[in-house]
Amino acid sequence: MGPTISRRDFARLSAFGGAVFASGLWRGAEAATPAEEFYFVQLSDLHWGFEGPPNPEAKTTLRRAIAAVNAMASPPDFVVFTGDLTHTTDDDAERRRRMAEVKAIIADLNVKDVKFLAGEHDASLDWGAAFKEYFGATHYTFDHKGVHFIALDNVSDPGGKIGQEQLDWLAADLARQPKAKPVVVLTHRPLFDLYPQWDWATRDGAAAIEILLTHPKVTVFYGHIHQENHFMTGPIAHHSAKSLIFALPAPGSTPKRTPVAWDPAEPFRGLGYRSIEADPKTAAYELTEVGIKA
Amino acid sequence: MKPAIIAAALLCLLGVAASAAIPPERHVAIKATRFFYSPARIVLKTGQPVVLELTALDRLHGFDIPELHIRADILPGQVTEVRLTPAKAGTYEFHCDNFCGSGHETMAAKIVVED
Ligand SMILES: [Cu+2]
Repeated sequence: MGPTISRRDFARLSAFGGAVFASGLWRGAEAATPAEEFYFVQLSDLHWGFEGPPNPEAKTTLRRAIAAVNAMASPPDFVVFTGDLTHTTDDDAERRRRMAEVKAIIADLNVKDVKFLAGEHDASLDWGAAFKEYFGATHYTFDHKGVHFIALDNVSDPGGKIGQEQLDWLAADLARQPKAKPVVVLTHRPLFDLYPQWDWATRDGAAAIEILLTHPKVTVFYGHIHQENHFMTGPIAHHSAKSLIFALPAPGSTPKRTPVAWDPAEPFRGLGYRSIEADPKTAAYELTEVGIKA
Repeated sequence: MKPAIIAAALLCLLGVAASAAIPPERHVAIKATRFFYSPARIVLKTGQPVVLELTALDRLHGFDIPELHIRADILPGQVTEVRLTPAKAGTYEFHCDNFCGSGHETMAAKIVVED
């Protein structure tokens, strides 16, 4: 934390009681007026409908996370889900049933401003059709307290592509943003080649990054890889979030991309969500990683 | 079922003189089905030109060797040819990069290149 603890920081510390991640790399000056800062929560990769040994608590993990967010002393301005709300199924009816269920559970959030992104498990078998019915558009923008947010869809195309049409839309939207205004991109897959051997990439992600480089203040938050990862492509920081179903090994650290085994001695290890305190004046983001309590 | 040439990749043949006779292409059939490739291990020789004949038995799959920057879509009902000449011995993993269902993440196999 900084030299002074703001009311909000204190509230967060008391609510989480856990470790606070604050690296100088993604953190700017402390000069901004606290009143202008805000925070939001990122949850990712819930895989509702998944059953198996990697998470014997698959039915309760998301509910625990939602209860923890509801218990935060100072509620976030909004909550964003960065994809894979459901685990994939070939059965269109079952997919819709999972989406209806997970939507009902998410409705328990006290915070009513909730943004949704699709993951390949939600959208890649039907080009996002069911997702759109339950959660709305797969790419869109919104503004919040001086920050411009862009939700990018790199999963409706089963090839993990954004596609030229959406890239053109991105370029046009970005061109309209003042250079002083911070931009946050929300997406599912990494836009850069994190580990293409495990499909941890976006096929036309390089084109998206090229467009994003036309703006000086871009930060990306994504999911897909079921673990925290922080990476810079030039001036752009890319932050992946933990999952709420199972953790995956570090890129290339094991021969196969198999889930990290559940540890009964340490249940929910590697699972969690994140709160992000945004400072629109400095385009700095302070990330707080929160684990799931047994 | 007309063969379609979707992707062709020729790796540089280091140290091969222009006059050297180019050995004839070897054809290797690879079948893709959820969630594996058959065969799962393909052994090739350095300098031997190869045509991989990829067929999907059930639905759209992908063929991606990130290390060599070679990829192709494998469509059902047609043969997708990928031409390559391995230049360097080693093991090259390939995987499906078109999401194909619960198990997609495990759809991978390897090419072993020997001298
Ligand atoms: Cu496949």
